[in-house]
Amino acid sequence: MNVNLTLVGELIAFVVFVLFCMKFVWPPIIAAIEDRQKVIADGLAASERAAKDLELAQDNAKAQLKEAKAQAAEIVDAAKKREAQVIEEAAVKAQAERDKIIASGHTEIESERNRAKEELRKQVAVLAIAGAEKILERSIDAAAHGDILDKLVAEL
Amino acid sequence: MAADTGSYIKHHLTNAQMCSTDTGIAFNEACANAGFMTLNIDTLLWSIVLGLVFLLTFRSVAKKATTGVPGKLQCAVEMIVGFVDSSVKETFHGKNKLIAPLSLTIFVWVLLMNAMDWVPVDLIPTIAQLIGGTMGVDPHDVYIKSVPTTDLNMTFALSLGVFFLVIFYSIKIKGFGGFMKELTFQPFNHWAFVPVNFILETVTLLARPLSLALRLFGNLYAGELIFILIATIGLFQLPVHFLWAAFHLLVIPLQAFIFMMLTIVYLSLAHEDH
Repeated sequence: MNVNLTLVGELIAFVVFVLFCMKFVWPPIIAAIEDRQKVIADGLAASERAAKDLELAQDNAKAQLKEAKAQAAEIVDAAKKREAQVIEEAAVKAQAERDKIIASGHTEIESERNRAKEELRKQVAVLAIAGAEKILERSIDAAAHGDILDKLVAEL
Repeated sequence: MAADTGSYIKHHLTNAQMCSTDTGIAFNEACANAGFMTLNIDTLLWSIVLGLVFLLTFRSVAKKATTGVPGKLQCAVEMIVGFVDSSVKETFHGKNKLIAPLSLTIFVWVLLMNAMDWVPVDLIPTIAQLIGGTMGVDPHDVYIKSVPTTDLNMTFALSLGVFFLVIFYSIKIKGFGGFMKELTFQPFNHWAFVPVNFILETVTLLARPLSLALRLFGNLYAGELIFILIATIGLFQLPVHFLWAAFHLLVIPLQAFIFMMLTIVYLSLAHEDH
């Protein structure tokens, strides 16, 4: 129980242990801990940054998608408009063509009719003469009765 | 029985001693008159063995310390080191390369020495007596006290070490004049109070190592004494011993922690410049 030389011995042991701990034990362990803490902190920061980047990229992609959709809708609209326009143009053109064809048909019919009329008149004149000849049993001088014939043709 | 119990307890509380006398190196009872020039060899042996256990374990981890994935031992060691480091950083705000390793040494060393309290009180003395018996020594002459912190020499060695550091850093940081001023102009800042202040502050200063050493010694000595008393009550000692040992789950780390914490506090006080 008494204090004796052991005190000095223990004091020396204490000093030696503390010095050993200070030189060879504490620095490597605390360095390992702090390095690891730094590595973990860096990793966490990096993952956070990556998450932020991802979010940004997702936002970006969303915006781009939206824009693309809008553009697509615009293009479809324009295409529809153009389609309608083309159809209308085509219709107008077709109408015009039709009208032209009908008109030309009409004129052709008209001219055909006129020609037929003319033909008919001539044939009627010939027939009338032939009929008249038969009735009269004699020939009529076409030159002498030309005026009568012309009058007849004109009446047809 | 009473005399037996008395001698049993006394035997357990006696250190193995060594001293040099006129006839050469002597042991135990022969050293009764050697006075200060005596060594408690059991205290020295156990404290140094435990100190080496601490240092070699931690050193082996320190050598293989990796910043990658740590092994289990490294995890355990890092937990202790991290705990001590945060305790130091919470209390001590200056820059000092000594305080953290000092605190670690004190905490783990005192913890290990206190932990010897858990070893059944008769185990180590019985083994020592058997070994002594084979060497032809009377078993009653073989003493061994395996808990170094139940020896005042041990606790005073630690507290005096801390005390010297406190004085050293006080003078280093504040200068000798500053240190003296702190001793003489507190708590009453007037020249007339210088002697009163000096007495008060000196008592305060000296009370620190004294209380540090006596607190640790008292707790562990009392705990060990109760363990020895429990060991004398026969078969019924088993549950009682278990309870007391379980209670020491609290006492042993707490005393180590208190010693470490007060060391940090005293040293940070020494670093404070008023």
